[in-house]
Amino acid sequence: MSILEVEALSKSYRQANGELTNAIGNITCRVEGGEFVSFVGPSGCGKTTLLMSIAGLLAPSSGRVMVNGRAVAGPPENLVLLFQEYNKSLFGWRSVLGNVCFGLEARHQKTGDTRKKALALIELVGLKGFENHYPWELSGGMQQRVAIARALAYEPEILLMDEPFGSLDALTRLELEDVLLSIWAELKTTILFITHDIEEAIYLSDRIWVLSHRPSAIVEEIQIAFPRPRHQVSTRAEARFMEIRNAIYQQIRN
Amino acid sequence: MDEIKRFNWAGWLALAFLLCLWELGARAAPKLQLYVPPISQVLAALGPLLREGTILKHLAITIGRFLEGYLLAAGFGVVLGIALGYFRFAHSFVEALIELLRPMPSVAIIPVAILALGIGDAMIVAVTVYAVLWPILINTIDGVRRIEKVLIDTGRTFGLARQRILWQIILPAASPYIVTGLRIGLSIALILVTTAEMIAGSKGLGFFILDEERSMNSAAMYGGIILVAALGYFFNRLFLALESRAMRWRRGMLAREAF
Repeated sequence: MSILEVEALSKSYRQANGELTNAIGNITCRVEGGEFVSFVGPSGCGKTTLLMSIAGLLAPSSGRVMVNGRAVAGPPENLVLLFQEYNKSLFGWRSVLGNVCFGLEARHQKTGDTRKKALALIELVGLKGFENHYPWELSGGMQQRVAIARALAYEPEILLMDEPFGSLDALTRLELEDVLLSIWAELKTTILFITHDIEEAIYLSDRIWVLSHRPSAIVEEIQIAFPRPRHQVSTRAEARFMEIRNAIYQQIRN
Repeated sequence: MDEIKRFNWAGWLALAFLLCLWELGARAAPKLQLYVPPISQVLAALGPLLREGTILKHLAITIGRFLEGYLLAAGFGVVLGIALGYFRFAHSFVEALIELLRPMPSVAIIPVAILALGIGDAMIVAVTVYAVLWPILINTIDGVRRIEKVLIDTGRTFGLARQRILWQIILPAASPYIVTGLRIGLSIALILVTTAEMIAGSKGLGFFILDEERSMNSAAMYGGIILVAALGYFFNRLFLALESRAMRWRRGMLAREAF
């Protein structure tokens, strides 16, 4: 049994002007426990809608999502979605520590350990020393680290990430990709990642699904076999890396 | 980022200057002293009133009504505002009613309250609650409706039940708006208590001020006015002190955005 199964999922909704939009055509896919899988697709192809549906935050028009073999009716307990708008999803009235503690308290009762665990996670994402800062005092990259630590604090089996590094500068982006990979290697969380950055998807993933324009559908599945741990310079320098990149690029262009 | 609170010399100097002007002006026109006695006479009249305690009884009654009305309105306003802000369906029912009643000057409700509740504490508290309810209600509704949807969705994806989303996300996220409503309501509460006491009271500072005016006892009347002003000043300072403690995160956020 796969940890996550999406069966014939489609989603259409009415826009403000009454027009019916088909965001997701017909998507079927499976994610195995511990995998790192990415969706890559052009902007506006309904990626966010897809992730919201998988997260149980939007009801699909047809089809279903199964987590551990059980059909999803609302947000599943063992799954967390990390939003693209991390600056809006952080709690401005809580410090970094408070935000991370929220993730722990949401899953478990508050215990004496909560604070200790939160501090460990803050260190894991490289924010040691910023525990008592408020989100608005931090840069975008640091805010995203807080959001990641808060999501990890919940100890989800499945972590959905919606273009988490999309609005960061290039260097911060590379750095956070590696932070994410090392955390993933350590915690063995299943990650379903969405990005429009083809190279980012190749660098991070075990498998990639290429999405078409609206209504989005999976046009190809690509296995990424580069050994881990990967390296920002050498992995990206491999000839095969560029081959895959170009193939996906062609696919999206068409 | 904490600003150093310095004593505002210029402001107090200007006040002292105006008081001197009052004193000298009143002394220069003895015929008008029946209406505007010098400030020294006002303070001289206030001294015995405070010592005897009669005016303190009026003050205590006004404070009691003020707090009762204000706190009731705050409780109702926040609870109702959150419900109406959260459930669009409920809001569409009462929206027209709110829009019609809100612009009506709240003092116009006093005669109705007298008819319904007679003359006394209940009436005064009721009109205060009515008037104070509006700014708190409207700001709370606004605050809840303006919450980023992604904040609520964050609560949902973390598996929070509705009740916890309400306490841990909606309430704090809307709190800057709620606090604004509470601050506006504070001054309205004092206006309504004093006005209602003037119209239909037999106790309280509002009654005292009007009563002294009718007895042509203008020094005591001004004394009462000074006391009401001091009361308003005190509660406003108290509110600001509490607000700056509770909303420290917000102040920093706004300061940052202003850059």
